[in-house]
Amino acid sequence: MQKFLEQWPTVFNALNIGFLQTLKLFAVTLIGALPLGLLICFGTMSKIKPVSMILKLVVWVVRGTPLMIQLLIIYYFPGLIFGTSIWGSGEAGRFTASAVAFVFNYACYFSEIYRGGIAAVPIGQREAGLVLGMTKKQIFGRITLLQMIKRIVPPISNEVITLVKDTSLARIIALQEIIWAGQSFLKGSHGIAGEIWPLFFTAIYYLLFTGVLTILLGKLEKKLEFFR
Amino acid sequence: MAVLEVKNIEKHFGDTKVLNDISFSLERGSALAIIGSSGSGKTTLLRCLNFLEKPDGGEIFVNGEKIFDAGDTSKLSEKELRARRLHFGLVFQNFNLFPQYTALQNVTLAEELFKKEEEGYAAGNKEYRKAELKKVQQHGMELLEKMGLAERANHYPHQLSGGQQQRVAIARALALNPDILLFDEPTSALDPELTGEVLKVIRSLADQHTTMIIVTHEMAFARDVADSVIFMDGGYIIEQGPAKEVIENPKMERTKQFLSHYNE
Repeated sequence: MQKFLEQWPTVFNALNIGFLQTLKLFAVTLIGALPLGLLICFGTMSKIKPVSMILKLVVWVVRGTPLMIQLLIIYYFPGLIFGTSIWGSGEAGRFTASAVAFVFNYACYFSEIYRGGIAAVPIGQREAGLVLGMTKKQIFGRITLLQMIKRIVPPISNEVITLVKDTSLARIIALQEIIWAGQSFLKGSHGIAGEIWPLFFTAIYYLLFTGVLTILLGKLEKKLEFFR
Repeated sequence: MAVLEVKNIEKHFGDTKVLNDISFSLERGSALAIIGSSGSGKTTLLRCLNFLEKPDGGEIFVNGEKIFDAGDTSKLSEKELRARRLHFGLVFQNFNLFPQYTALQNVTLAEELFKKEEEGYAAGNKEYRKAELKKVQQHGMELLEKMGLAERANHYPHQLSGGQQQRVAIARALALNPDILLFDEPTSALDPELTGEVLKVIRSLADQHTTMIIVTHEMAFARDVADSVIFMDGGYIIEQGPAKEVIENPKMERTKQFLSHYNE
């Protein structure tokens, strides 16, 4: 106990710094992937055959391979080919590479959820908009969008919760997120070595954060219950 | 002059011909009922009139202006297509109200969007815009009052009965003052108890000489409310004429056969 109390301030500080990086990756992924997913979704539904075919292939590959492999390929592959990393050096470079991999991976998952959400809006809604002289843009923005959002909030919530924990995969390219921070006390850091408890302790951070998100997403779901 | 003139409309889905040589005209202020068994092409005909389906042949005139010509292959701009669609209002079988909007918002949405597109609106100051939108609201309320739904204006569709929803849909279709109001089996999704209140509204519209086309399975209603009737079968018009005459004394064998099911 004495040892724990001595180590606690150092560990707590290091884990907080790591968690900040986790949060950053989480936020950047959502900000990038939510709109990019919609673009990919429109692309896969495009009437231009080559566009939809290529995008469907991309979505299949991205969803069909582990995110960990994608991280490794995106981080190391350019270096192997061009002889120099395009991501820049150090933590900033690792973060950029991670963000690209995560945004792309999650956008592909989101695109499929969007597609289901749009398909679930009855065709009669679009037709009702058409006969009222609305443009395609107005129909999407004023009619389809909110109905789609209502339908996709539960599956998107699921993905968001998964994303919180998936950020730990960036450990594989040594991004200094919270798992990396916890693990550093095993190898030795800040004068502490051979300690496993900081690594276990990281789970509390994930648990609290997903707890907060679950409450917030539940509130959003409730908010959309005013219509059916 | 006829407000609507339909000439030789054809429509096929793949190899199946669903409309063959459909021609009729409609006088301003009169009501036309289209009857016939399911699959006879009634609904497709309505959908062709406002371009939810594109006819493969024929011409359509509204107020003497040609709004469709199958022979003309030049592509219409979205703007032009929208303008032509607005000659018609359509009431769907399953209402298709927008669930995220209240009854009043359902009625005013389209008019509001058009108002915002007007040049004067964009140029006007804040007070002017407010007043203009207020006018749209008032117009929407008037229409709901006409449907006997004023006190339901702020209800969402799922809080309304089927009959009330359909009356909101009728108000919505009237909001942009169409030349011709189209009804696609407006009571088919309603139980008999609710059918009455919707038919009553349509009847009152007919009494006010609203130009309309009603696809319906309610024969007594068609006979009493419509001025003329078209009987369709297999994508053809088999018989057309004054409503009472066709429904009480059909000339064609196929019409007699169809109507006999209603007298059992």
